[in-house]
Amino acid sequence: MPTNLPEYTVSELSFALKRTVESAYGLVRVRGEISGFKRAASGHGYFSLKDDRAVLDAVWWKGSQRRPAIQPEDGLEVVCTGMLTTYPGRSKYQLVVEQLEPAGVGALMALLEERKQRLAAEGLFAAERKRPLPFLPEVIGVVTSPTGAVIRDILHRIADRFPRRVLLWPVLVQGDGAAEQIAAAIAQAGRLPERGEPPRPDLLIVARGGGSIEDLWAFNEESVVRAVAACPIPVISAVGHETDTTLIDLVADRRAPTPTAAAEMAVPVRRELAQQLDALAERAAAMLGQRLAGLRHRVDGLARGLPEPVLLVAGATQRLDDMGERLTRAAHLQLERRLAALGRAGAALRSPGQRLDEAARHLALAEQRLALRVTQGLVAAGREGERLGARLAAIAWEARLGAAWERVGEVAQRLADAARRVVEARRQRLEALAQLADSLAPARVLERGYAIVRAAGMGQILPRRAAALAHHELDLQFADGTLAVRREERRPRGRSVGQAAQERLL
Amino acid sequence: MAEPFIGAADAQELPPIEAMSFEQALAELEAIVQRLERGQLDLEASIAAYERGTALRRHCAEKLREAQLRVDKLTLDAAGKPTTTPFDTPQ
Repeated sequence: MPTNLPEYTVSELSFALKRTVESAYGLVRVRGEISGFKRAASGHGYFSLKDDRAVLDAVWWKGSQRRPAIQPEDGLEVVCTGMLTTYPGRSKYQLVVEQLEPAGVGALMALLEERKQRLAAEGLFAAERKRPLPFLPEVIGVVTSPTGAVIRDILHRIADRFPRRVLLWPVLVQGDGAAEQIAAAIAQAGRLPERGEPPRPDLLIVARGGGSIEDLWAFNEESVVRAVAACPIPVISAVGHETDTTLIDLVADRRAPTPTAAAEMAVPVRRELAQQLDALAERAAAMLGQRLAGLRHRVDGLARGLPEPVLLVAGATQRLDDMGERLTRAAHLQLERRLAALGRAGAALRSPGQRLDEAARHLALAEQRLALRVTQGLVAAGREGERLGARLAAIAWEARLGAAWERVGEVAQRLADAARRVVEARRQRLEALAQLADSLAPARVLERGYAIVRAAGMGQILPRRAAALAHHELDLQFADGTLAVRREERRPRGRSVGQAAQERLL
Repeated sequence: MAEPFIGAADAQELPPIEAMSFEQALAELEAIVQRLERGQLDLEASIAAYERGTALRRHCAEKLREAQLRVDKLTLDAAGKPTTTPFDTPQ
């Protein structure tokens, strides 16, 4: 073995190697797939870059990790820029990464596709998970950058359509920490008490303006997707332009193509609602009006079909009039008949004549009262008829007419019955009087053995002895004829007998 | 949503209007107008329905009047509790 070879210590060789590697390569760009990515507690990242035949260790100091476009993860193809160096302590060489970028859009798209398949398989994007948006949210939460056009567009459109209370969660929308802030904001909104202060929003809008796929990458992060899926509040996503689809768009309950469109989905147009409300109220009022007019028309039509109230009672009135007249006539007839009988009786007997006159007066009075009552009854019946007629007209129900007719007839019948009873009572009394008068008739008295003493020649009736003493010739009227007698003076004894006879005669 | 009611008799069983959302109240108002238009109700029920419709409309109109834009920014206070501060719209 040649011995002229210089002898190094391990350290000498290792550091010589380190200098050689660093000077030979310096800054390099290496393309490979991330494998075994680990972030240490210190914040430094350790991973390997690999391709199908080789592996290169890489270290990503925390200080170099400012605003990376994407979060490194296994399987992602990246291009790393950094210094190649060795680690003499472990006989290793490695890449110190200064910058880490996805290896073109294709690499990111491939990662996105893989993640999408995985989350879809979990059912996070399923249509049946979508919740309906509230028709008119009271409070709207907005998760977006507090600066820029997005928040301004949303607020302007909400103010135009239906001003509401808006709670804004200001977040980074790209770069390091953006996904964490967005996910935290969504989770926090869902945790707010429903009627507390600040209140839990009824609806959440997560928005960002347009940008490259790397700019929008935070909205593809699994933490954000899961936060939306777990959020109890319906979420509208409005990220990027219409053509950019991020995973938050798939998990959100509605996807808006722009922030302005998100505001339009969030609230209805107040003016249109007011118009709709007015139109409905008008329709309701018109319908009720029409209904009432229709019913009024029908009532009027039915009322026209009813006879005039006067006509309704006219028949009854006529019957009453007729009956009243017949009643008066009958009463007159009876009275006349009785009066005639009385007249006959009176002609036969003078002394009961006064009582007969009295009876006649009574009867006349009774007749007057009866006539008055009949008249009053007729007037009352007429009034009742008119009242019934008025009620009938007011109520205007056909069904009641029959009953009214019956009632009028009944009243008339009762009145007629009452009149008949009064006449009958008077007639009976009249007959009793007539019998009495009859029994008192002078002819009947003479039949019983009495005689009437008159002055001669059927002159004046002499009811007293004193009157008889003035005449010498007297007529004694018996039931069956007259006997002329001459009065003679007798002796006192005989006179007493004559007196007795005379007294007996009378 | 349950078929919105209508006869006067079961008026007590109707949901209280004050607790209804704008959308619920509007939907019931629409149903009432449609029933009135179909003329299925007797007069008393029509009047009862109209009265409820009027109350629903008043409630809806009240909801429409409560329109005011107010924007608050959410931040966490020292205790980590969410609080709000007025937010000025960027112009």
